[in-house]
Amino acid sequence: MSLREKILYQFNVNLIGRAVLSYQRRQNEKKMAHRKWQKDVLAPPFRLSARMKELMSRHYLEGRYANGARKVAWVTSGAPIEILKALGFYILYPENHAALCGARRKTVEIASEAENAGFSRDICSYARTDIGAALSGKTPVGKLPRPDILLACTNICQTVLYWYRVLADYFHVPLILVDTPFVYEKASQNDIAYVKRQLEEMIPVAEKITGKRLLYKKLKEVVHLSKEASYLWLEVLNRGKHVPSPLTAFDGFIHMAPIVDLRGEPVAVAYYRQLLKEIDERIEKGIPAVKNERKRLIWDNLPIWFKLREMAHTFARHGANIVTATYTYAWGELAPMMEEARPLESVARTYLHPILNRGTGHKLKTMRQMVQDFSADGVVLHSDRSCKPYSLGQIDQRDYFVNEYGVPALLLEADHSDPRSYSDEQAENRIAAFMEILEG
Amino acid sequence: MNEEKLAALGLDAGSTTCKIVGVNQSGGMIWHLLEPADPRVEDQVAHMLEEAKKRFGSLEGIPLVATGYGRKLVKNATRNLTEITCHARGVYHELQKPGTLVDIGGQDSKVIIIGKEGRVIDFVMNDKCAAGTGRFLENTAGRLRVPLEVLGSTALSVNQEERISSTCTVFAESEIISMLAHGVAVEPILRGLHRSLITRIVAMIRSVGLVPPLMLSGGVARNKAMRKMLEEETGEKVHLPSYPQLMGAYGAALIGLEKK
Repeated sequence: MSLREKILYQFNVNLIGRAVLSYQRRQNEKKMAHRKWQKDVLAPPFRLSARMKELMSRHYLEGRYANGARKVAWVTSGAPIEILKALGFYILYPENHAALCGARRKTVEIASEAENAGFSRDICSYARTDIGAALSGKTPVGKLPRPDILLACTNICQTVLYWYRVLADYFHVPLILVDTPFVYEKASQNDIAYVKRQLEEMIPVAEKITGKRLLYKKLKEVVHLSKEASYLWLEVLNRGKHVPSPLTAFDGFIHMAPIVDLRGEPVAVAYYRQLLKEIDERIEKGIPAVKNERKRLIWDNLPIWFKLREMAHTFARHGANIVTATYTYAWGELAPMMEEARPLESVARTYLHPILNRGTGHKLKTMRQMVQDFSADGVVLHSDRSCKPYSLGQIDQRDYFVNEYGVPALLLEADHSDPRSYSDEQAENRIAAFMEILEG
Repeated sequence: MNEEKLAALGLDAGSTTCKIVGVNQSGGMIWHLLEPADPRVEDQVAHMLEEAKKRFGSLEGIPLVATGYGRKLVKNATRNLTEITCHARGVYHELQKPGTLVDIGGQDSKVIIIGKEGRVIDFVMNDKCAAGTGRFLENTAGRLRVPLEVLGSTALSVNQEERISSTCTVFAESEIISMLAHGVAVEPILRGLHRSLITRIVAMIRSVGLVPPLMLSGGVARNKAMRKMLEEETGEKVHLPSYPQLMGAYGAALIGLEKK
């Protein structure tokens, strides 16, 4: 690492960047103080949105100046990052970046770079966006840092295997693969030992890159912070059980960025503590997220990032609140598995259990429980063209809800970030018909 | 009670045709008008309402329920509802039984499970393409120069059937072009084309689960081959309302009555 880059990093990120972003946040907070109800049906965004914008901008700013100043890891969304975090890596989540490209409607432009290079449109749009960004340098966040190491964990899908191999080949950097066996009910001791061994093998590789030794004290601290933030996130989401709910799943999709990107850092813990406070304030004042909440729904799968706001409005106009989602829950429900006293073993156990690494029956059970816990009237299953593992089994899951449990359920075809696989008119028509069923 | 007195209007601004239906207080259809859809939806709606005025005089106080893709453009509608709810209500009122309704329209197809009182229990629609819709037939019929009205009877005029493997409208057309280039006659191709569409519809029926009786509405219900093949593929008799194409507008008018 060079002195010049380190100085530049300190200057641009910690001195100028922080000051500018903090000033912008204060300005945004002032503006937000006068925010009105959106389209007269949806509560104003949380005040803390300004803070989130600041944190995420700072995160990408750190990335922009990271090369030469800090070692950089690109990781999958469900990757065990605690070891890398304890070693001081800057961690970039290409999936989060791709979601951001989706929300800013940049996917088609960036993904086309990958498609023009020969990557099929049948591949996940996150992968295409990431590869497109790597090939072209296009990004709405200024610049993405080059990775020094790649970490792919198979607990979310198999696409990451091939996607990260492409990245490893392109950037000529080591790829660490953490293979997580599929878990139907509960992970066996052998499964945990197998993943733990891979984590142990990852340590020297990562140490070699940073030139530092992993301090177990630091690792325990990171695990502790991860656990605390995840717990708080779970608390935030569980506030959706309140009738009427003080938040929507769309709020969850927006405010999940820190739990994904800043997990293991004190700032994420502080953030969710504040968010919880703001939500409780809303409950106290009797401010519902959706005016005249008549119907409560749960959402399955990733959001449609490029239609987030419109979808929130569409449902709210029908007096419906999507109160929670299996997707946002995935970053909270495993909090109890984290144990700082046994960091590696508990990290192995935790990362074996994401909803996507378990059977479709488990997901059905989880959703059914959610319907009960959140007093929901129906389920919306987003059949996501890009995310095959998440969408697999949804037709049967929907049938179970409708025919066995008597809960109306809608299958909505779209894509998490590629608008070319989505039709406004058809989606709205399906939602309207579904709401007509719910209203009787 | 005056059986000819207008009590409610239903307007279905569909993708291929625009329909308006008038009902009396007991829900009987007393008037209807059907026109090919005009791209200027608002003008067409205004013109159809004018026609209603000519027939019934003032429409003051008469509920108007709009449905179909253009429903949001019917500014003076008392309510607007999806075709799914309206078709279910219309067909239920006419056939007086719950069951499975297949509605094959110009732009999309739906399978609707109808429960008590014509309420929708569940539905499934074709995905984001023209496969499984009236457009699929219309497109290829044009290519084969067979008028839409005789499409079904032409397909049924032969026993031989060419297999068309693609359900995609664009790919099916190139498959057909290649068959024509090999000297295959038009009729067996048409028969195969109907089969391809029905296979797609049957898959949709299976995905929600068939609750007999099986009913058919939408413009494509007029096609004999579709009815026959649907019966062959499902083993169920197909029940037809007297005006399959008008069921959306009819159901809308009936809902207008309820809300009065």
